[in-house]
Amino acid sequence: MSAPQDFNIDYLAQLARLALTAEEKAKFAAQLGDVLHHIERLAEVDVTGIEPTAHAFPIENVWQADVARPGLAVADALRNAPTQRENMISVPKVVE
Amino acid sequence: MPPLHFQSLATLAARLERRELSAVELMQALLARTCTVEPRVHAFNSYDEADALAQASASDARRAAGQARGPLDGIPVGLKDVIAVRDQPLTASSKILSNFVSPYDATVTRKLQDAGAVLFGRLNCDEFAMGSSNENSAFGPVANPWDLTRVPGGSSGGSAAALAAGEVVASLGSDTGGSIRQPAALCGLVGLKPTYGLVSRYGLVAYASSLDQIGPFGRTVEDAAILLGAIAGHDELDSTSYHATVPDYRAALSGPAPRRLGIPKEYFGAGLDPGIGAAVEAAVKFYRDRGCEVKEVSLPHTSYCLDAYYVIATAEASSNLARFDGVRYGHRSKAATDAIDLYAKSRAEGFGAEVKRRIILGTYVLSSGYYDAYYLRAQKVRTLIRRDFLRAFEEVDALLTPTSPAPAFKLGEKADPLALYLCDIYTIGVNLAGLPAISVPCGFTNSGLPIGLQLIGQPFKEADLLALAHDYEQAHDWHTRHPNL
Repeated sequence: MSAPQDFNIDYLAQLARLALTAEEKAKFAAQLGDVLHHIERLAEVDVTGIEPTAHAFPIENVWQADVARPGLAVADALRNAPTQRENMISVPKVVE
Repeated sequence: MPPLHFQSLATLAARLERRELSAVELMQALLARTCTVEPRVHAFNSYDEADALAQASASDARRAAGQARGPLDGIPVGLKDVIAVRDQPLTASSKILSNFVSPYDATVTRKLQDAGAVLFGRLNCDEFAMGSSNENSAFGPVANPWDLTRVPGGSSGGSAAALAAGEVVASLGSDTGGSIRQPAALCGLVGLKPTYGLVSRYGLVAYASSLDQIGPFGRTVEDAAILLGAIAGHDELDSTSYHATVPDYRAALSGPAPRRLGIPKEYFGAGLDPGIGAAVEAAVKFYRDRGCEVKEVSLPHTSYCLDAYYVIATAEASSNLARFDGVRYGHRSKAATDAIDLYAKSRAEGFGAEVKRRIILGTYVLSSGYYDAYYLRAQKVRTLIRRDFLRAFEEVDALLTPTSPAPAFKLGEKADPLALYLCDIYTIGVNLAGLPAISVPCGFTNSGLPIGLQLIGQPFKEADLLALAHDYEQAHDWHTRHPNL
C-alpha cells in the first residue's frame, strides 16, 4: 500500500540525516505505507479527556547530590573516535 | 542427568559448591560445546575464550579461599550485544558500531561481576534490538537450535539460541516489545521481562527508553529467579530506576502463588495457531484443576497495542539513535563532504534497512504537524491500554495468554515488515503498560517446535509470577527436553 500523500520521504530522510538511495526511498515509502495504514486505526479510539502516558510509572524530581566525582578518562572517551589529535576528535570543517 | 551443557544453573551451582566440578572445567565444557554447535547456530557476535577462562579461574580461586559469592559464582552467563561490558565489543549487531569497544560497564554487568558470574560472549540480536526473528543482525541471522532452518525469535535471538543450544548456562536479553519473551517461547526457555524500572537501563544501548528492560533467560523458572535477583534493584545512574523492594525471588518460588487468574479474551482470537491455543488451554485447565479461580477478562484496547507501540517505540528510537552520527564514535563515512553529509552518509552506510525504516517512521510521527495526530494520540491510547490491565487486576492477580501467535517460522519466510510486527501482538501491551511478564515452555507443536505460555503480573510482583510459573513447570517436564543438536 502506498504511503499517505503527505508522507514526504525526502523531507523525513533529511530530518533524520539519512542519505537514502532512490531505491530505498521507494521501497521504504511503500513498506511504511502498509504500516501507517495500520497505525491510522489509532484515530478510531476515543481519547477525550485522556492524559498521555509517557512512562508507565512516572517518577518526578529524581535528584542527584551535587558531588564532584571522576568522569570518564580522556583515553576511554576517545578510544572509539574515528580520528583524533591532541585529545580532540577531528571532524570535517563545519564553518567556513 | 542431561549432559553438562544442558544442566540448569541451580544444578551447576550446587555441583560447584560441592566441588564436583570447577568453574574452569565448566567453562571448558561450554567452550567445547560452542565450538561444536556455533557454526550452525550463530548465536554469538563474538566471544573471548581467554577472558572467560580467566574469569572462571578467578572464581575457582575465590571458592578455594572460602570466598564464593553465591549461586552465580563461576556460572557462565551470556549477554546480549546491547549490554555494555568494559573492554568488550558493543555492536548492537550493527555495522555502525562494528568496531566499538565499550569504555564502561552496564550496571547489570557490574552486578553480575559482583555475584561472581563468568561473563561469556557478545550475543547476536536484531540490530539495535529492532526485530522479532534475529534476521536483522548486520552479522548474520541466528538459527533456532530446535530446527536450524527456523528463526529463534527476536530481538534477543542469540540470548535464546545460545542457551537452548547449551553454549551458556543462562543469558540476559532486553525486551522492548517482547524481545525476551518471544524468543524464549520459540526456543523452549523461560524468559522474563521485569516491571519497567526494576532493572537498571544504565549501559543498555537504548532503543525505546520508556519501554526497554533487561531481563533473564533460564532453563527453568528457578534459574530465571536467581538471575533476576542478581540484576534487580534501584540504580542512581538510571533516573527511571524504581526504589522497589527486591524480595528473594528464589525463596518465593516455594511460597504461595496467586490464585485468581484472568484469560483476556482478545488474546485468543483470529491469528492464533491452533496448536498453540490448545497447549495454552491445557495450561488453563492445569491451573483450574489446582484450585485457581480462572475467569475470562477483557482488555478492550488490545487491538491498538501494536499501533501505539509502533508510534511510540519508533519515535523514541529516532531520538535515541540520533547520537550515531559518525562524529565521536562508530562508523564514519569516508565519502562525506561536509558535516551534514557526514551524518547522513555515516548513518546510511552504518544502519540496516529495518533500523532506517523505524527511524523514518519515528521522525514522521514526531514531525511538526503530525505530532498530535500520531505521537500524542498514541500516548493517550497507551493510558487506555494501561488502564485495561490495571482494571483487570482489580479482579484477578495475573493474566494467562499465549506468548507468540505462531511457533518458530522459517528463516526468510516473513519478508514483509508488517508480518514480523504481528509476531508481537501478545507481548507488546505488557511493555506499554510497564508490567512484568514471563514466558514458560508449555508444550510442543506437532512438528516438535516449542510453545510458550505467557503470565502477566502486577507491577513489581515478579515473585508472584515466578511462583505461579514454577508451580506449572514443576508439574510438567517441558524444561527437561532439549534440542537434538
